[in-house]
Amino acid sequence: MNTTILEARHISKNFHDPVTVKVLNDISFSINKGEFVSVIGKSGCGKSTLLYVLSTMDTDYEGELFIDQQLMNGKKEKDLAKVRNEKIGFVFQFHYLLNEFSVLKNVMLPALKLNKFSETEIEKRAKEKLAMLEIEKLAIKKPAQLSGGEKQRVAIARAMINDPVIIMGDEPTGNLDKKNSEIVFGIFQKLSTELHQTFLVVTHDNSFAERTNRIIEMEDGKIIKQ
Amino acid sequence: MLNKLILNIAKALLLARWRQTLVAAIGVTFGITMFVTLLSFMTGLNKLLDGLILNRTPHIRLFKEIKPNADQPIVTSGLYKNYHHFISSLKSGNARQEIYNADFIMRALKKDNQVLGYSPRITAQVFFNYGTIDINGVVNGVDVEEEMRLFTFRDYVIAGKPEDLKNISNSIILGKGLAEKMQVTIGDIVTVTTSKGDRYALKVAGLFQSGINEVDKVQSYASISTTQKLLSKPGSYITDISVKLKDMSTAPAKAIEYARIFNTDAEDIQTANSQFETGTRVRTIISYAVGITLLIVAGFGIYNILNMMIYEKMDSIAIMKATGFSGSDVKKVFMTISLGIGFFGGLAGLIFGFLLSKGINHIPFNTTALPTVKTFPINYNPVYYIIGISFSLITTYFAGLFPSRKASKVDPVIIIRGK
Repeated sequence: MNTTILEARHISKNFHDPVTVKVLNDISFSINKGEFVSVIGKSGCGKSTLLYVLSTMDTDYEGELFIDQQLMNGKKEKDLAKVRNEKIGFVFQFHYLLNEFSVLKNVMLPALKLNKFSETEIEKRAKEKLAMLEIEKLAIKKPAQLSGGEKQRVAIARAMINDPVIIMGDEPTGNLDKKNSEIVFGIFQKLSTELHQTFLVVTHDNSFAERTNRIIEMEDGKIIKQ
Repeated sequence: MLNKLILNIAKALLLARWRQTLVAAIGVTFGITMFVTLLSFMTGLNKLLDGLILNRTPHIRLFKEIKPNADQPIVTSGLYKNYHHFISSLKSGNARQEIYNADFIMRALKKDNQVLGYSPRITAQVFFNYGTIDINGVVNGVDVEEEMRLFTFRDYVIAGKPEDLKNISNSIILGKGLAEKMQVTIGDIVTVTTSKGDRYALKVAGLFQSGINEVDKVQSYASISTTQKLLSKPGSYITDISVKLKDMSTAPAKAIEYARIFNTDAEDIQTANSQFETGTRVRTIISYAVGITLLIVAGFGIYNILNMMIYEKMDSIAIMKATGFSGSDVKKVFMTISLGIGFFGGLAGLIFGFLLSKGINHIPFNTTALPTVKTFPINYNPVYYIIGISFSLITTYFAGLFPSRKASKVDPVIIIRGK
């Protein structure tokens, strides 16, 4: 159970505009399979920046990043996209669903891109994910017809469709009211305990963070407590 | 499967903004419609106008020019070989207008497989006597059957039968203008006086209208034997041989060859009518220029709409990239959108272009100069349709290239963090 899913070694990052500012300063840590990790810290401490570096979307950093024991440094844009497609699920503060497609199709898109299963198989799996999150009856609706909490649940289903090794969240409950936040957190916890899904969630909601397995606290681009 | 997915996404984005899509497509449709119509119409007119002259003009004309002998005594004398010769008051001496050995030349032409056909001619300057007035005119002695076969003679005979030239002895087909001047019609007798002063009575067998008024006022046609009789010449007397080749472009080379072999003068169609080709080319260039301009304008329309779409769909692009679509996938989506607009807009353009040319083809176009033409001419050449659809794809490709590149370079981090 102790396989390392994600490992950061001495990651540093500078913003150069308008003056050079060190946003991440020599960050090293690792996440094992099944862990539910939250990153907290004040606004501007670099927690989101760290998440985007770890997500492979931001490639402008120093240090080494391993995902699923593979070194990410020096990979091409296309290969990094493939890694994100296959190994990482994302849940952002905003849902980012494509309004042109139905809920089901939105969930299916990353799997269609991965192209590992046939379309009918993908559809079946997408329906399973929706059922697991108790929103299977929304499948044929368009995202615009959904409430905020429902949209976020669809986004979670989309994050899970390719069975990623890790799901990353950037303030996944930031836009939700108390009740919906509870539902989303409940889903995360359920996935964590039942399916041993690994999570890395950036949040400023301390009550959210307190209920996770592990808290990484950041300040001024450094990890001060983990 | 991946291509199908990209196609699906492109289709969804297109349909989500179907009004904009329609406007963009209409731009292309309009451009292609005008392009196809303009070219069909222009080349139709070109063909008509060129046909007016070129159909009736031999590709090579063999004749004997009246000119001074090139071998003057001083030239043949070895004594003045290294001097420059000034000869003044030189006269064309003792020249015959007929082609030497016409029979032999015609037999040789018959064997040449690059030759489609030939037709011997005699030109005779005459006066048509009408009351007290003598009207200057030309009688062309022709082989009617060959003229009809090679130079569409029948198209220009507006009254009477051209075959009658052969069947009725001493008959003549008059130009329409000439007949009007003399107030004669089919069956009447006209009197002609040759340059030597002989008078002949000829029966009018028909009237022709060439489309060129000046020609119709002086020209007339008679059979070879009638013309030989007019000039009191023997049956071997031929002044011109009109040659039609299978490939017109070989005419200049062939003309040089014939001049050398047959020891006559030979003029090719390109030299004789160079202005027509120039006019044709200029008109074609103008049509292409207008068509391409319209397409480029349509291309800018597509460029704008795609740019707007990319700004609108920033979020979608960002999440697609976050969930594993690479920059090139995103680029493909937007290229598909652009090319889709180009393809369907272009296809509609071809259809409308065809219909519009069909419509123009039915507009009455009556002109006394062109007896065979009743409506505006259209050239239904499939090449223009192929060029049209290729142009629409090429312009939309380039119009889509820059916005697509921009979309592929969207940094998802900036978009997602910006929220």
